[in-house]
This record gives sequence, C-alpha cells and structure tokens, in this order.
Amino acid sequence: MVEVVAVTAQLGPVVTPAVDWAGLLPVLLPAAGALLILMVRSLVPRRLLPAAVDAWWMFATAVAGLVAVVVLWQRDGDVRAFGDQLVMDGLGMFVAAVVLGSVALAAPMLPRYCRRVGIDTAELCVLTLLAAAGAVVMAGAADLIVLFLGLETMSIAAYVMAALNLRRLESLEAGLKYFVLGAFSTAFLLYGIALVYGATGTTSLDGIAGYLDSFLVLRDGMLLAGLAMLLVGLGFKVAAVPFHAWAPDVYAGAPTPVTALMASAVKAAGFAALIRVFVEALGSRADDWQPAVFALACATLAVGSVLAAVQSDAKRLLAYSSISHAGFILVGVQAASDQGVSAVLFYLAAYAVIAVGSFTVVAVVSGPGDDRTGLAELAGLGTRRPALALGLTFLLLAQAGVPFTSGFVAKFSVISAAVESRSYWLAVVAMVSAVVAAFAYLRVVVAMYFGDAGDTDPGAADARPAMGLGAAAVVVAAVLFTVAAGIFPGLLESAARTAAGL
Amino acid sequence: MTAVSSASFPAVLTVLVVIPAAGALVLLAMPRTRSDLLKPVALLATVLPAALAVWLLTEFDAGAGAVFQFSDRYTWIEGFGVSWHAGVDGLSLLLVVMTALMFPLAVVGVDPEHSPKPYYAWMLILETGCLGTFVALDLIMFFVFFEIVLVPMYFLIGGWGHGRRAYAATKFFLFTMFGSALMLVAIVALAFLHSSAGGSAVTFDLLAIAESQLLATNTARWLFLAFALAFAVKVPLFPVHTWLPDAHTNAPTAGSVILAAVMLKLGTYGLVRFGLYLFPEASVYFAPLMVTLGVIGIIYGAIAAAMQRDLKRLVAYSSVAHLGFIVIGTFALNTEGLTGGVLQMVNHGVSTGALFMLVGMIYERRHTREISELGGLQKPAPLLAAVFMVVMLSSVGLPGLNGFVGELLVLLGAFNAHRWWAVVAAAGVILAAVYLLWAYQRVFHGPATGANAEMEDLRWREGLVLVPFLAAIVFMGVYPKPVIDRVEPAVDAIIAHVEDHVPGFAEPAPDVHAPVNLDDLVKTEEGH
Repeated sequence: MVEVVAVTAQLGPVVTPAVDWAGLLPVLLPAAGALLILMVRSLVPRRLLPAAVDAWWMFATAVAGLVAVVVLWQRDGDVRAFGDQLVMDGLGMFVAAVVLGSVALAAPMLPRYCRRVGIDTAELCVLTLLAAAGAVVMAGAADLIVLFLGLETMSIAAYVMAALNLRRLESLEAGLKYFVLGAFSTAFLLYGIALVYGATGTTSLDGIAGYLDSFLVLRDGMLLAGLAMLLVGLGFKVAAVPFHAWAPDVYAGAPTPVTALMASAVKAAGFAALIRVFVEALGSRADDWQPAVFALACATLAVGSVLAAVQSDAKRLLAYSSISHAGFILVGVQAASDQGVSAVLFYLAAYAVIAVGSFTVVAVVSGPGDDRTGLAELAGLGTRRPALALGLTFLLLAQAGVPFTSGFVAKFSVISAAVESRSYWLAVVAMVSAVVAAFAYLRVVVAMYFGDAGDTDPGAADARPAMGLGAAAVVVAAVLFTVAAGIFPGLLESAARTAAGL
Repeated sequence: MTAVSSASFPAVLTVLVVIPAAGALVLLAMPRTRSDLLKPVALLATVLPAALAVWLLTEFDAGAGAVFQFSDRYTWIEGFGVSWHAGVDGLSLLLVVMTALMFPLAVVGVDPEHSPKPYYAWMLILETGCLGTFVALDLIMFFVFFEIVLVPMYFLIGGWGHGRRAYAATKFFLFTMFGSALMLVAIVALAFLHSSAGGSAVTFDLLAIAESQLLATNTARWLFLAFALAFAVKVPLFPVHTWLPDAHTNAPTAGSVILAAVMLKLGTYGLVRFGLYLFPEASVYFAPLMVTLGVIGIIYGAIAAAMQRDLKRLVAYSSVAHLGFIVIGTFALNTEGLTGGVLQMVNHGVSTGALFMLVGMIYERRHTREISELGGLQKPAPLLAAVFMVVMLSSVGLPGLNGFVGELLVLLGAFNAHRWWAVVAAAGVILAAVYLLWAYQRVFHGPATGANAEMEDLRWREGLVLVPFLAAIVFMGVYPKPVIDRVEPAVDAIIAHVEDHVPGFAEPAPDVHAPVNLDDLVKTEEGH
C-alpha cells in the first residue's frame, strides 16, 4: 500500500484526457437509460410496473438525448472527447438527432404492439437504446476503431432485436441471418481497417486524411484493398446491392417496430460511417472509390426499385424500397462533396421519419402474429380505416418523391449534388428508378383504395385493426413532419447544410 | 421580358393558387354529419378563384407588351436558389382564366357517385396544381406543380372511375412521372450550367435563365429533349400518347373534362414557355421533328377516333388529333402559328371539355357509351342533341365557331414554315369532320329503340352548366379580337426572343407571301 502511494507520488498526478461530458450526453443518455431499465426490471416485481413504462422511459430518454443534441448544436465549435477519438461535429450531431429522433418517434407504438404480439417491452427498449448509443458513437467516430466499436454495439443489439419475436419462425430466421451475414461483413470491415492502418500508419480518420494529403502513396495496393474491404463492410450495413441479400428477409422477419428502426436509425448510422470513412478520411482518393460507389448506387437503385415493384407483401415491398432509397443516398455519397453530404443528411432525416411512419402502419395492420402484411390484407383499408390509409398514402407518396413532401426535397437535393459533380447519368438512373419504385407504392395504394371486393378475404383481414393512440400519434407526427418539411424545407435544409460544413 | 407586380393587389396570384387548396383543407375538417355542405364549400372554393381570374383579365394591361404582370416573388428554399415566383403574361393569363372557369363548371355539372368529401378535396387540390403550373416563373416551382397534379388525378380516376380504373390511373401516373423524371435532371443541370457559365449563384428563375441564354448549343439541345419528353407525354404526342385513351375512358366525367380542358394544356403550355422561350435555338433545331410528330398525331388520332366503338374513347382520340394542331402551330415558330396554337389551347379546352360533359350525361342516363347501343337520341333529347351538335361543330372547326379561328391560324403559320406538312395537317381537318359527324349520325339520328327512346333530355342544372361553354364557343368564333389582343404581345415577344437568339432565323420565310395581318382576319371573321 505504501509502495503504491510512493509510486503514484513519483509519477505525479495521472493525466487523463479531458472529457467534455456534456458533449457526450447524446451517447450517455441512451446508454444510461438502457441500464436503468435493466436494473429496475430486475429489482422491481413485474406486476408493480406496467410494461408501457419501459416504452415511455425509452421515449423520454431519446427526447432528452435529442434536446442535448439541440443544445450542443447551439454551442460554437465541435465537441471532442477521449483524445479526439469521438467528435460531435455537425455531421455527428445531425445523425445523432436522426437516430434519437427515430427512436423517440417509434417508441409510442411499442406498448400496444408488444402486448399484442407478445414481446417483452423491456427487452426491446433496452436493446433499442443500446443500439441507439452505438449508432450515435458511429456517427461521432473520429477513429476507425471507435467506429468499429459503435458499429458492433449497434449491430449486436440489432441482431437480437430481429429475433425478439420468439413465436414467429421468420423472426428467429431473421435474427440468425442478420447475425451470420452481419458477422461476415464485420470481418470485411475489420480487415479493411487493418489494411488502411497498414497503408497509412494510423486509424484516426483525420490522421488518414492528413497522411493521404501530404504523402503520395505510390504502391497503393494495400490502401486500395483496404478501401474496397471497407466499402464492402459498410455496404452490407446500409444494404447496398450486391450486399443486400440479408435485408429483405431480415426486414420482413423482424418484429415490425424493429424493422422501422433498422430502416431509419441503423441505416442513418451506416451512412454516417460511410461519409466519415470515404468522404472525410479518404476524400483525397475520391477518384478511386467514386466509380465503385457509382456502380453500387446504380445497382442498388435498379435492383431495389424493380424488386420492390414485384413484391406481394407490404413489408417486403418496403424492405426493397428501403434498398432503393439507399441507392438514392449513395448518389449523394458518390458526389463526394459538401453538397453531397448535405443532401445525404437531408435524405436520411426525411427517410427516417417516413420509414418509421410507414412501418408503424404496417405494424398496426399486421395482426396478433405480426404476419398479416400481404398486399391482399391491405385491400379495402381505405374504407375500413380511412385515416390510417390516408396516412400511409401520404408516406408512400413521399417515398415516391411527390412534391410538397420531404421526399421530393430529399430527391431533389440528391439529384442536385449528382448534377453538380457532373454525374448526369447517375442522376438519370436515379430518377428513372424512382418511377419504377413509384409503381410499387401505387400498388399498395391501389390495394388500399381501389381493391375490388373480390380481393378482400373477409375472414383473414381485421375489419378495423385497432390502432391505439400511440401508433396514431406516430403516424400523425410522421405525416406532419413529412408535409411540413416538404412545403417549408428551409429549416431542415439549412441544418443539413450547416452540418455538412457548407 | 421583365416581371412587374400589381399595385392594387400584391400577392393576387399566390392567393389565387392557394384558395382551392385551403378549400380542400376546410372540406377535410368538416364534420361527417354535414355532408350537405360539402358541395357548397367546394363550389365556393372554385368560384372565388374564378372571380379573381376574371378580375385579372380585366386588370391585365394588354398594351404593356410582353411583361409578366401581377408578379409575386418570395424566397422558398434559400440554399438551392429556389423561389416562389408567380406571374402571368397573355399566354398564361388565358389558360389561368380557362382553368379557373372550368373547375366551378365541373363541380356544378357533375356529382360524384360516392364519397363526395375526398372527391371534392381532390378536385380542389387538382385546381391548385393546375393554376400553380400556369403562373410559375421558377423552374422548380413549375416542376413541383406540374408533378403534383398527378396525385389528385390519379385518385380521381382510380377512385371514381369506371372499368379498368386502377390500371388506367396507374398507367397515367407512371407515364407522366417518367416524362418529368428526366425533366427534373434537366432543370437542375440547366441551373447549374447556367450559374457556372455566368459565374453567378445558382438560380432556378425562368426569366434570369431564359433571357441570358448562356448554354452551349449542344447542351441546350440535350436539355430541350428532356423537357420536350416531359411535355410530349403530357400533351400527349405520338408515340407517348397511349395513356390518354385509357385515362379518359375510365375517368369520371369531371376528371375527363379537367384532363382534356386543363391538364393536356400543361404540356402544350410547357412547350411554349419552357421550350421556345427557354431553348430558342434547340426549338428551331428540333422544330421539324416536333411538327412531324404533331402531324402524325393529327392523322393517327383522327383515324383511331374514327375506328372507336366507345363514344368517350372517340373523343379522347380526337384530343390527340387536336393537340397535334397546337404542336404544329407552336413549332411553326411564327406569330400566326403560335397565336393559333394558343387559341387552340383554349378552344380545345372549351369544346372537348363540353364534349366530355355531354358524353358523361349520356352515360349517366344510358349506362353505356357503346356507339352501337345508342341511336336516335335526337327524338327523346332534342336539346341535348342540339348542344352536342354545336359543340361538335366547334370541334370540327366550323367557321363562325371558335375552333375555326385557331385552326386557320395554325394552318397559316404551318404553311409558312413547313408547307407540305400543313397540307397533310389540313387533311386532318376533313378527317375530324368525318369521324365526328359520323359519330353524331350514329348516336343521334335514326330510330330510337328500347331504352334510347325513353332517354331524358337536359335538366335545368345541366343546361346551365352548358351555357357558358356555348357562349364561349360562339363568342370566340364571332369576335376573337379581345382574346387575340391579349395573346398577341406575349406571342410576339416569344417569337422575337427566338429570332434574337437564333442566328439566321427570321420570319417570314423569304419565298413566302407577306404575313397575314391578324386584324384583317378578325374583320373577315366579324363579317362572317
């Protein structure tokens, strides 16, 4: 004991890196919220605390995180922590807001959904908050290792979330598939990190950018291989074609609120990582990766839209449409410019809200087994539940990019970024596949409104699926946001611009 | 061209555009128990813009040349350089007035078969979309309105249509969306290339871009093609017209009326405003192609119309032919042709709108549109037959009725520019007489048997709705001068703009006789 004191006295005070704890609140709040639920649930008997409390606690935590982001946004300068490993700059805060916003938006539908389907609300909320913490870390990662940590935290939670509906075989299959393929992609990512480290001697994103700016890498085989591996690994996470094979099955099999979060929060974090790594760290090698992203974007747009158009299940259709949206976002990434980053951010925010709203409607109609999602089951929804059908219609039209919705502004800004960087053909491919995807959305609308009586199976479909206040609030909020951001996009657009450093 | 705002009513065009949409919101908020109020509210929300439009018509300064009047401008999306910029010249004014007058007639004339609330709401949103398209002077604002009209029309066809309505609605939506998809890329490319060529900030302002003409010739031609495709689908031009017969046939009556009278004009208006004005050189370059497509449309539409067994489909194909005239008038690229084209836009709106209204009335009574099942309707419904006769003759282009003035000017203009095509197109006039008179003969003449003999004649309300159509048909046929006076400055300015920016292009072609004086023509018309 005496010796220890003597040693520390010799060393002087231990210097720990200065940590701006307030700046870390967007990460700490969801993580702490998750741990609190875990603790309370293991100590307090179940009958004393209704299940809905967990969902509302998750809502409160996410909203608190959101408030923290807004407060941080007002401060001048970036928040840096842990020796510049984690940085809450514009991009980090914007994506953190998208992640936390998605979680908050999805929360109100959980109590009723979980009760109906038989999922433990507490487990779902804990995992969601942990995944959100991981996603925020990803968004703020300034180092490849931190990025990897965030990604794993998020992914492992997401694997379990996908398999949470134990009574449904598809859900278990989704969890397993997501896990196996996710682990596979993680290996790619890790290998890519190693190769880039080998080529540049650092895992810090700023360090990599600085190294590539100041040195000309003559034998760049290792760097390019690392770059390719990173692209594959992150391509898996954002479900870019041809690394998308897991997505439709997992989206369709996972419990519907989980699907909503995968399409919004998880996707946003994946794209934040893509921007961090490619546009920010490897921006000076844009000539090397742009063609690859160009090809990925084309394939993602085409495959996502065409396959969405032929689906007969609403959840699968939305899964493929989510792939097609990833293609649109890749168009913005491909621009490799601040304009492109700002377009990506706007798109992520707009799509996250639309996705949560759309999947909420699907969750409402999906019945006790969470499996009544066929298009035929939506037949006549326009007369059975006019408000619900109208809400879904708005969100689908927004996905199709109809004006006066946020979806239009999102597509417009992505196309602008592509055209500005002279990628005319990519813009054309994107717009044409938007038309193909529109066909998919119209099929849903046709089913809801113009479905003939013959299509309806009165036995199978719930005549009037119970919506519940929570889900109704989610849909209303999503529609209001979508329309408001479509008519007056100024606020969101300038936030995305600021975040992108324009 | 410049834009000036109105001193007495600064934001009049914005108000005009917003009123119907606001009406739609009011409708949606109305309680379920007061369904009797739906129609009055919808009517109010369409009559107010109509009154405003008529006020515009009287306030419009016809002597001010080609200035965009009642201009109104706000920043919309600052980061992208998008503004809300509205304004009308003689060309758009005419279309705005027609649109604003057509909607109340469609609301009064036709009651939905079911669910009136969403029906009227969609109608009002449709009106906002159409008006917005005609007054937009910002490329993105134009695109936004051009695209949004798809949604209400999609729901009107799908929800209140007949037959294969879901198929027709989806086809309509996808065809038009495909056309405009490329236009969005072209708009964005145009704005960025304009700003980089001029070293200015990115702007989507039509006047700023069109007046400076900074693009390289080849680039402008590509962009023109993208714009032209969007408009060609909307017009529709052969060979992208196939959505039209399906949409028209399966749409509810009011939908067909608006589709024919207003929405097809979005395409022809676009060709003038965003073709000729925005890309003068490319318009001259591609004029032979456009005129050829127009002529094919005239002949093809006429032959196809003659072959139809369904009365509504016949009228739909006749639209293809009539719109062909507008396109060849536009791309004759001279004052007569373009003036005729603009007049035909209004004439076609009035005549074909009325025809669809009448076909709708027949269908409502007989529940069939098969020409073979109709016959001898003149006896039980003499009034209906008489009105049908007048409207049909106006569509044929009988002198003294409105169709004649426009068609004559179009043919004159086309003759000056593309002589042989004008000759072929003139044959289309004869074909129109053939298929329309033949259809009239089969439907109204002969013995009336079975249900045909008992068919009810026009009711009071239907008669009242048709009176404005008839008045417009006769007025514009006998005394088109006030209309031409308002259109001509705008047309002259556009033609002058083309001449200024295309070296070696001047009208008239040197080997052709002196241009026709429009005033003389008007006088002959009056004496007729």
